[in-house]
Amino acid sequence: MGPESLIGEIRARLGPAVEGVADSFGDPVLVLRAADVRPALAVLRQPPFDYAVLLDLTCVDYAAGEGRFELVYHLFSLSRNVRLRLKASVPAGDPAVASLAGLWKNAEWLEREVFDMFGVRFEGHPYPRRLLTYEGFEGHPLRKSYPWRLEQPRLPLRDRD
Amino acid sequence: MDPRTRLERQARPASLLLNMGPSHPAMHGTMRIMLELDAERILNAECEIGYLHRGFEKTCENKTWFNLLIYTDRLNYVSPLINNLGYAMTMEKMLGLAVPERAQLIRVLMSELSRVSDHLTCLAAMAMENGAFTVFLYMMKAREFLWDVIEQTAGARMTTSYIRIGGVRADLRPGWREALAAAVRGTRAVLKDVSGLLDRNSIFIGRTRGIGAISREDALSYGWTGPCLRSTGIAYDVRKAHPYLVYDRLAFDVPVGEHGDNYDRYSVRMREMEQSLRLLEQTAALVPEAAPLPAGPVLEPDEAIRASRRRRASGRIRLSPNLEGSEKERQPGLMTPDRPVGVPPKEDAYTTMEGLISHFLFFMNGKGIRPPKGDVYFSVEGGNGEVGFYIVSDGSDRPYRLHLRAPCFHAVAALEQLIRGRLIADVIPTFGSLNMIGGEIDR
Amino acid sequence: MSGFDFVATRFDAALGWGRKFSLFHYPFITACCGMEYMSTACAHFDIDRFGAGLTRFSPRQADLLMVVGTVTHKLAPVLRTVYDQMLAPKWVIAFGACTVSGGIYRNYAVVQGIDKIIPVDVYIPGCPPRPETVLDGLLKLQDKIQHQGQDWRWARKA
Repeated sequence: MGPESLIGEIRARLGPAVEGVADSFGDPVLVLRAADVRPALAVLRQPPFDYAVLLDLTCVDYAAGEGRFELVYHLFSLSRNVRLRLKASVPAGDPAVASLAGLWKNAEWLEREVFDMFGVRFEGHPYPRRLLTYEGFEGHPLRKSYPWRLEQPRLPLRDRD
Repeated sequence: MDPRTRLERQARPASLLLNMGPSHPAMHGTMRIMLELDAERILNAECEIGYLHRGFEKTCENKTWFNLLIYTDRLNYVSPLINNLGYAMTMEKMLGLAVPERAQLIRVLMSELSRVSDHLTCLAAMAMENGAFTVFLYMMKAREFLWDVIEQTAGARMTTSYIRIGGVRADLRPGWREALAAAVRGTRAVLKDVSGLLDRNSIFIGRTRGIGAISREDALSYGWTGPCLRSTGIAYDVRKAHPYLVYDRLAFDVPVGEHGDNYDRYSVRMREMEQSLRLLEQTAALVPEAAPLPAGPVLEPDEAIRASRRRRASGRIRLSPNLEGSEKERQPGLMTPDRPVGVPPKEDAYTTMEGLISHFLFFMNGKGIRPPKGDVYFSVEGGNGEVGFYIVSDGSDRPYRLHLRAPCFHAVAALEQLIRGRLIADVIPTFGSLNMIGGEIDR
Repeated sequence: MSGFDFVATRFDAALGWGRKFSLFHYPFITACCGMEYMSTACAHFDIDRFGAGLTRFSPRQADLLMVVGTVTHKLAPVLRTVYDQMLAPKWVIAFGACTVSGGIYRNYAVVQGIDKIIPVDVYIPGCPPRPETVLDGLLKLQDKIQHQGQDWRWARKA
């Protein structure tokens, strides 16, 4: 199955969950409806598509211009040796999407990281807690609205002697 | 939010809670493992990472495409050159650049040197934590051999920023062949010694065989790649599956394990080092001798700068091939000619007005490298697995978003499952064999 | 100079000599600099030649805290605790640019120099410092120990 026909088949199977298809520097990209992320990825995980590996999950902040966060999923199918990128947009006001916990085991940590860095809520996540920053950290550092150099010390800092 | 961790909430009242790390001799790097214990038996575990979260991704959004290269060195600091390579190749995919053959071969050399030193460091630390201190000393010795070769070429031992967008920074230094051959010979000898010390050592086998085992399905579900995935028997290697550079022309095997336990992860790494040494020898044979530099008078740099104040300098300027830059005669074999994505030649910048202007234009805000709009993902095989960069460009001089797919993030995510139900002592070899690297996992 | 002062000065010097060559160090390794720390501690560069070869992995047994690698705000309380656990006399080496000043990481996550958290005796620059630089820093610390007033509260208490 060639890459085009594979994308065509995925579109046919997922139906209205796919909002669009794009090509980015030679890689296929599927744009998903945010409400359908979990069922769509559950389908892709199973044969015949067999995307058994959730390679990566991250987020991009377009809050300033377009008022949305874009979640970016990378899947990898070992049997076909192809990667697939999926995107879904959530509104910047209350960003939330269904969790993938239970489908892939690394989803739990990946989603905790995105929650920590961007403040995207993952509904149904078993353990929504910050991963990289600490308890008491205010805000979400990778949002464009968070100042690059705003430190939040946990200890009172000394003056240099 | 409940400030208590999940482990604290779920723990039985009778069990003992124990904290390992973040500053613990076996937690090389900084990571905290919370354990719920029944005597020595681990009932439940929870890992906390982020102690080395240095804001890599946020910082990159505020640096130009060229300047953020130095931050990639410090991601997986055991094999910095592979991270350079991953970033540079992602950018090349975005910019549509073709890299000269010689630069590609040099990149393979540097990747494989880094891979061996990565595996050496991982196994050295793992062996030391299991009490095999001799192995640690031997392997560090071998790493010095390899770093000497890197230093001769790149001018620095670890954080070299040697692989640049569009090529490499400088040519190999005269005499590199002998140096590399000696390093490979020395490393082979060390690997043989280490094999003799560990392969059938009953203490080592007792602490690794059958411990920390994972099934293929779970390994895939956790997103494992690299030696950890191969230890379960899945021969997935980015160099074979999605060949880049000249790997499709080189002969090497992908060693796999069987059970996915600690011993298999050790053994896969050992055999992979053999393959990397084999690749080093093959690649070295493919690199042609550098063409001799044109004859004629040679000016020392300060002499040339003095002369250029009065008139345009004539003749060639001698530059150290590694530290200050590369002679511009060498550049065609090392940098892509397509577009100026590399620093203009130093000789021109110091002695001619045009050179100085192009130098300024390269580094000025808003100038320099300007990739087209869009997003791109590219990955290379790092020491721990698939090192992927996901980059979003809005067409400006700095990234809109840059994300690293860290291979050991996924490996360490499985640690809780690997040690559940085992003894405290099993945490050490299991953690060691996953090769957790703080800079990569926490970014 | 009274007789007691003379004896006390000589005793100080002898104590300094003894202390500078028997540094038990605790490496607080967090990041990249740890690789160079390993190189320094191993056979090639061999820190043991200068009397600081005994690595203790408990702060309670160590005199010298080597802070090796970036300290983030998340890790700062840990470093403070480790420092507080060490017994006097104790010294601190800031190993590498991140511990000296935050280095290239001037952002929300990183402490801009560990001297914002604990006092530091010797700063070793470099990102990461070469092993030779580390050894030079160690010699500077030994020089400092030799020439500083020695703390002998244990004698006065008696």
